[in-house]
Amino acid sequence: MNVWLSAFLILMVLSNLALLGSSRLGVCIRCVAFQGWLLAFLPFFVHTEGAVYRLLLIALGTLVLKGFVFPALLTRSMQEADVRREVEPFIGYSLSLLFGLVAWLGCHWIAARFPLPTEPGMVLLLSEALFTMYAGFFLIVSRKKALTQVIGYLVLENGIYIIGITLAQNEPLLVEMGILLDVFAAVFIMGITMFHINREFDHIDTDRLSTLKDWDS
Amino acid sequence: MILALFSILAALLFAPFLFGVINRTKALFAGRTGQPLLQMYYDLYKLGNKGVVYSHTISWVFRVYPVLALAGMLLVLLLLPQGGHVALLAGPGDLFALAYILALVRFFNVIAALDTGSSFEGMGASREVQFSALAEIAFLLGLCTLACVTGSYSLSGIYTQLSYSAWLAHGAVFLLIAIAFFIVFLAENARIPVDDPNTHLELTMIHEVMILDSSGPDLAFLHYASALKFWILGSLLIGLLFPIHTGYGLIDVAFAWLGLLVLAVSVGIVESIMARLRLLRVPQLLVSASVFSFVALIFLLR
Repeated sequence: MNVWLSAFLILMVLSNLALLGSSRLGVCIRCVAFQGWLLAFLPFFVHTEGAVYRLLLIALGTLVLKGFVFPALLTRSMQEADVRREVEPFIGYSLSLLFGLVAWLGCHWIAARFPLPTEPGMVLLLSEALFTMYAGFFLIVSRKKALTQVIGYLVLENGIYIIGITLAQNEPLLVEMGILLDVFAAVFIMGITMFHINREFDHIDTDRLSTLKDWDS
Repeated sequence: MILALFSILAALLFAPFLFGVINRTKALFAGRTGQPLLQMYYDLYKLGNKGVVYSHTISWVFRVYPVLALAGMLLVLLLLPQGGHVALLAGPGDLFALAYILALVRFFNVIAALDTGSSFEGMGASREVQFSALAEIAFLLGLCTLACVTGSYSLSGIYTQLSYSAWLAHGAVFLLIAIAFFIVFLAENARIPVDDPNTHLELTMIHEVMILDSSGPDLAFLHYASALKFWILGSLLIGLLFPIHTGYGLIDVAFAWLGLLVLAVSVGIVESIMARLRLLRVPQLLVSASVFSFVALIFLLR
């Protein structure tokens, strides 16, 4: 296996596990930014032939948006909502880590059974993508703060990006850019929504949103 | 054979010296002159010349424990390969023997602490058991991963086969295990992110609190045993990080000692730049060490 590819895989696994196991939102945001930087290099590992400018454009778009713009937006909404950490998640951090490890094994098991074009490293990348998607879903389901759920959404999208880059050999540049733009718009809107939720309710705990504010009047 | 005896002798002689190096490094960071490098030898000599005071509540366990701790460490030294040569008592499965002789010593440490009837020591014992149970997972998973890489089930077999060409093939796996081993090393030796060897604040102590009732030669034995434990676990980490095999036994062993010195300096640096973790956060650190070992194992096996 390629040295760079194995380093990429290990760093992705560790950053996913760090996301599952850390309570501070700042750490989570930095982990997502780190994943963005890693993903910017992914097209160069996977596609050895083909037009270079296309790869460069994808890498550059990914790096700028996922590595810098999203983390900046998230940091800003974290400061506006004045939330530093996830206080009481539905599932604790050590248990989340344990679930993560079990899910990683499960992802290997599933990825080994996918009918894939036979290329070395493909199965590993697919299992990595599945695990990243799992981590994203898990963050959305098991955490209370809206900000962590946005982070989970971004991680989920990172997993889909890995699948897209790895499996779709001749996916047009336009589609890649369109997805990036969509995610950008989504994060932007989520940031605005969070700002409004915070101003209206003085917190961004999604589990408390189901009770209306003027319930007892 | 001669070399193995020689390196055991060196461990017995130089193990307390490493604590001097740590203290000097910390002093250097704090801008102090610091203790003499040989301070621990002076301490051991002083304690050896004192009498022993026993509490009225203790039984034989407390009297036996210091000898047992030292004997356990000596036994482990016979299993420990250093500088890539074969240990005296090497055999298949001795990686488990090493881990569980250390666990046996810890067991007696805990019941000796409970034997004194002091509530502080009971607190320390409970913490020690909690943390070492978590550290054991990381340590054993790491050793098992190394056994899988080299295909050998004896420590000497594993450590003679580690080399820089193995690092090229399995670098990521080795790096993950080294991180896990370093965390286990700090936890087992009661160094700073887990336990502060310098404070006697009863709310946070782990290892220091368990030897509060020991005195005189008993205390000297316990300090010496903990210095040997530092040497043993450090050698396992250094053998993984710097597998230098030149073919000249003496040079390899010398490199292993140099590695231990570097390790002592880095422990001093960690202790200078980090604060001790809150007690509730320590299990998280140890669980993350286990996660590193586990990721290494899975990454190797698939």
